[in-house]
Amino acid sequence: MEEIRIVLPKIPDYHKIEVYENNGGYQSAKKAFNISTDEVIDIVKKSGLRGRGGAAFSTGLKWSFMPKTTDKPKYLAVNGDESEPGSFKDRQVFEDNPHQLIEGILISCYAIGAKTAYIYIRGEYHKWIKLMQKALDDAYEAGYVGEKMKEKFGTDFYCDIYIHKGAGAYICGEESALMNSLEGYRGYPRIKPPFPAQRGLWGNPTTINNVETIANIPKIIENGWEWFSSIGAQKHPGTILFGLSGHLNKPGVYELPSGILLTELIEKYGGGVLNGKKIKCVIPGGSSMPPLRGDQLEGIKMDADSLRDAGSAIGTAGVMVMDEDTNLLKVLLRITKFYHHESCGQCTPCREGTGWMEKTLKRLADGNGTPKDLDMLESVANNIEGNTICALGDAAAWPVKFMIQRFRNELEEYLKPEIILPVKNKVHSMRNTVNPLSTILR
Amino acid sequence: MGFQFTEENIARVNKAKSKYPTSLAAVMETLWIAQEQNGYISEEVMSHVAEVLQIDKVNVLSVVTFYTMYFQKKMGKYHIQVCTNVSCMLRGAYEIWDAVKDKLGIENMEVTSDGKFSLEEVECMGACGYAPMIAVNENFHENLNKEKVLEILDSLK
Ligand SMILES: Cc1cc2nc3c(=O)[nH]c(=O)nc-3n(C[C@H](O)[C@H](O)[C@H](O)COP(=O)(O)O)c2cc1C
Ligand code: SF4
Ligand code: FES
Repeated sequence: MEEIRIVLPKIPDYHKIEVYENNGGYQSAKKAFNISTDEVIDIVKKSGLRGRGGAAFSTGLKWSFMPKTTDKPKYLAVNGDESEPGSFKDRQVFEDNPHQLIEGILISCYAIGAKTAYIYIRGEYHKWIKLMQKALDDAYEAGYVGEKMKEKFGTDFYCDIYIHKGAGAYICGEESALMNSLEGYRGYPRIKPPFPAQRGLWGNPTTINNVETIANIPKIIENGWEWFSSIGAQKHPGTILFGLSGHLNKPGVYELPSGILLTELIEKYGGGVLNGKKIKCVIPGGSSMPPLRGDQLEGIKMDADSLRDAGSAIGTAGVMVMDEDTNLLKVLLRITKFYHHESCGQCTPCREGTGWMEKTLKRLADGNGTPKDLDMLESVANNIEGNTICALGDAAAWPVKFMIQRFRNELEEYLKPEIILPVKNKVHSMRNTVNPLSTILR
Repeated sequence: MGFQFTEENIARVNKAKSKYPTSLAAVMETLWIAQEQNGYISEEVMSHVAEVLQIDKVNVLSVVTFYTMYFQKKMGKYHIQVCTNVSCMLRGAYEIWDAVKDKLGIENMEVTSDGKFSLEEVECMGACGYAPMIAVNENFHENLNKEKVLEILDSLK
């Protein structure tokens, strides 16, 4: 597949404002400000751009939900929480292309009518917060952001951009938790509806988009929607920042057209599996997404629809590869431990269910489980899925449910066979026991 | 004498406040500044933050106890964070975890008696492609193995 760079161009020092300017930087914003907001939304809609934060929802459509006639202030929140295990792509945007993100924010704010944007960055990214702040300071200084924009771009429109530093909580990546966190509360997800476009930050209309999503916007405005929609998979066009990790020779972030074959991604870009081993399992979209069997990867394409058809999801495109020697029970335990730790605790099924699943899996991993426990785990997972305020519940349930469905034999290797009690019939048993009653009761 | 922001930090807090329509929203950044100055978030720090932002102390407490990066006790000069989540685990994170624990002689969230090191097992840090990794205070160290980790620990004076 041909390499195309949209979000991470191979231009040395592109993160510096002068270099960005010399390569046509901030010209897309100028172009956008000279057409109507409806037209900008229309271009983004037609481009087919879908969110890169997990749900792959149409960005143009999301923008069109923002009320047009309102006296309330409107907000844009850019999601750089990036805490899903297996995903580490947005930090590359902060590092290599911060100005394209800033320019994307300007255009997005213009389109939805927001005067303030917040970039929410996870607290652990101290270094990338500093890099992003430096770029933002330079952009303010040059007049591309804030009130000076009016002069610089010759428009009435201007907006401010601020960075909000998180402090360690995966759940703050969930959009409504992110808003609570921004407002200074605990990161508790909110019940929807109302949706953020109706009642978001401080009760005002708000749009939340992922960092990578927004970083695509300037190029779509520059080159047109026809150009963007012709790249990669037709229904999920553009490039995707794939984060390859696990047992690979060349893990890392690779920007490639959507729809690339998973096998090509692993072999050609990831450099194949370490020590030439076979693949047992691949999680294609970050730890919440259903795992795929290594012997069934042939022909799977990396875009939202193809992956859905293959029984998984694109998520944040964090591809985790596990070789044939991997103990999947330990992997599942580690994933479940994560969701238990990160559950905010508001909903009983998620709070209690993740704890039970972790405890049970720990017992199994310690060698004290039987295949029946797998059925029990599946039923706990099914009782979490769909019964919670936010999608963290589903994110915790899916790995358990699908790992058991797809890797039952592999998991059973670590379990004891069924314990057969010396009782023939459980209901009217006492007459038929092999052993006298007294020995059982003792 | 209780905790007081330095003059310079008061200016930073005021700048943080100016980013948001409410002063409550500045609580996270204010706590970051406080932690930088004091090392951790004590009762006194919480009272002062509440006072400076003119918000209820319970709001400060609820935030401090929700987010894992606000320390509620004094940590070591070097806070060692070992990621053991899946991508790191696949590449030997638990060997690193054990080696660090052995070397420092402390458990999760403990501090060495000389106050030099503290240790924390952390969730995915967003460095999965460069696994395994540890973070020392704010700095990431990536593509590690046991030997490299021990070298890093030795280099911390
Ligand atoms: C538990 C949970 C964690 C999430 N974490 C992130 C995240 O770290 N970054 C992100 O962009 N989206 C995350 N999302 C998705 C957001 O809720 C939201 O859909 C997304 O930011 C929208 O942006 P997009 O339309 O550009 O994809 C998370 C969702 C859930 C349920
Ligand atoms: S599903 Fe879990 S994380 Fe989401 S609101 Fe409920 S308890 Fe919190
Ligand atoms: S799993 Fe360790 S950094 Fe992501």
